[in-house]
Amino acid sequence: MSANDADDQHITDVSGTGVPIPGDDVDTDQILPAKFMKEVTFDNMADYLFYDARRNDDGEFNDHPLNRFEGASIAVVNSNFGCGSSREHAPQAMMRWGIDGVVGESYAEIFRDNCKSLGIPAVTTDHETVVEVQEWIEANPDGDVEIDVEGETVTYGDTVIDVDVDDAMREALVEGIWDTTALMYSNRSKVDDTVADLPYVEGDD
Amino acid sequence: MSEGTLYDKVWDRHKVTELPNGQDQLFVGLHLVHEVTSPQAFGMLRERDLDVAHPDRTFATTDHIAPTEAEKRERPLADDQAEEMLSALERNVGESGITFFGFESGEQGITHVVAPELGLSQPGMTVACGDSHTATHGAFGSIGVGIGTSQIRDVLATGCIAADKQKVRRVNVEGELGEGVYAKDVILKVIQDLGVDGGVGHVYEYGGPAIEALDMEGRLAVCNMSIEGGARAGYINPDETTYEYLRGREYVPEGEAFEERKAYWESISSDTDAEYDDVVTVDADGLDPLVTWGINPGQVIEISEPVPHPDDFEARTDREAAEQALDHMEIEAGQSMLGYDVDVAFLGTCTNGRLSDFEEAAKILEGNTVDADVRALAVPGSETVRQQCEERGIDETFINAGFQWRRAGCSMCLAMNDDALEGDEVCASSSNRNFIGRQGSKDGRTVLMSPAMVAAAAVEGQVADAREYLDDGSTGGAGGVEEVAD
Repeated sequence: MSANDADDQHITDVSGTGVPIPGDDVDTDQILPAKFMKEVTFDNMADYLFYDARRNDDGEFNDHPLNRFEGASIAVVNSNFGCGSSREHAPQAMMRWGIDGVVGESYAEIFRDNCKSLGIPAVTTDHETVVEVQEWIEANPDGDVEIDVEGETVTYGDTVIDVDVDDAMREALVEGIWDTTALMYSNRSKVDDTVADLPYVEGDD
Repeated sequence: MSEGTLYDKVWDRHKVTELPNGQDQLFVGLHLVHEVTSPQAFGMLRERDLDVAHPDRTFATTDHIAPTEAEKRERPLADDQAEEMLSALERNVGESGITFFGFESGEQGITHVVAPELGLSQPGMTVACGDSHTATHGAFGSIGVGIGTSQIRDVLATGCIAADKQKVRRVNVEGELGEGVYAKDVILKVIQDLGVDGGVGHVYEYGGPAIEALDMEGRLAVCNMSIEGGARAGYINPDETTYEYLRGREYVPEGEAFEERKAYWESISSDTDAEYDDVVTVDADGLDPLVTWGINPGQVIEISEPVPHPDDFEARTDREAAEQALDHMEIEAGQSMLGYDVDVAFLGTCTNGRLSDFEEAAKILEGNTVDADVRALAVPGSETVRQQCEERGIDETFINAGFQWRRAGCSMCLAMNDDALEGDEVCASSSNRNFIGRQGSKDGRTVLMSPAMVAAAAVEGQVADAREYLDDGSTGGAGGVEEVAD
């Protein structure tokens, strides 16, 4: 992904087949084990997504959902997904594996922020609904799941459900203003004003 | 909405403007950089042909991949990937004019140990780092937040982050801590009470008698694990303990300038009539040492309590998590953690890798020997801490007891260097996360505890009550160990 072209990207909806990743408190150490962070780019991260969880002791792929739902675009997760380490490697790995959007009960905040930075909508709904969607995907592995970011709905099969999208995330994705570097870079003179009023910035440096 | 809290005041002082997406643009007063999460961000900067906006407010060190065996710190590092990361960091900070505390500086170490001890972290600052334990710096009365790599790019390029203001929960910790009970036990108790996701959407303001009585190193340990409770940040209002800690440190002004700075520090404390979104009380009076029995930091008990049964939990999610935990840890509900076999003892990290942590552990180790079946690692949080320990002869206590005395780094907290669990080893650990796979082996098992408890576990080869080594000996040590009066 080139960070430069982010200005023009309005993300109003994402869709594709789904992959359920069940479990509460799925931490970023599981999503992307630390031993695979020893690379200076994110290029290979897809290979390491849920590396340990996807393999048997002999190193062969097991029946982890990511192995069964190859090609999926929408991950459906439970509560406090992405807790623990702040590593952006986790959502980077998901994105590079093919995930364009996430439906879940709740997210750890840094994980959600990282998703926003990458233009990945992470929307929420209640436990029962998440389980229904997960079960539907199990029964319909080739069926499409669509996240409408602007309309705050998720559609799967004939079912349309309301979901919540964090205000800042919706605004950023729909309006195509999720490249915060560009946004903030244009406010340099205001930054100087703020800094001028901070007693600790001058003096000891 | 909170009003008049330190969080509100510091936020307002650092708010540049409101962004079109509704977030606030917040100036970052201290940006800490390490080798693992920054190279991609520097790469993004190059793609856009942007420079580092505030190199004077940015400081770097190497911690995650740092080898902790002295002979393995020769360059180039034997691990090609680690060498590439370290070289990239050196190149990036060199080109940008960022101060770097490398191996040769004598001040290298874990970002969250180095910045406080150098006096870089001060009250009333905003601190950001590509590491979730940035909450640590809140111990001084600052707002410390962990950020992802795209946000590191933001800070490098603009000196700012785009952030949502959070709710403020006041966490009053009541009571007095007994001998052998520490800040680590306090924060584990807070996480047990409020839950691993209880802090989502909030920052925690810790206060009350049990917090105010802590020294700065204890306060750093408490704030450090805010993220384990789901809170993006945690802080403690600055007081005389804070100011006295800061006085004389390398990056803290002296004389009249100190007094001027102190006036700012005092001004950003929460008002006595501040309004909070939420106020909770945690009772730490008479607390026994805590140990985790499961696979998240909220699965914790006092050492006197039995491992709970999944049915003991009201919430479905907690019951399911408990079942998974018992299975992974290979323990039974109702069992005591006392006597749980330990293969590895690990003392260090950004939570408990400071001088007082090693001093407390040394009290237990003095005159005792690490169990023959235990691999024991002492990894100072920084080279400064290592020197402080060595000046006091604490290293000798560790070495004589059978610990390996290492150089500074993150080490076995997340096993990005050579220090890792093997197979299903059990580690008595002073670190902050007991997640499956965290210490480098997917079958490895982590029991979180205070440094003193790690030392006691090392000696006995099993989870033990460190207090039996600290008192007058009248209670008698388990397993016939030698008693040490202190």
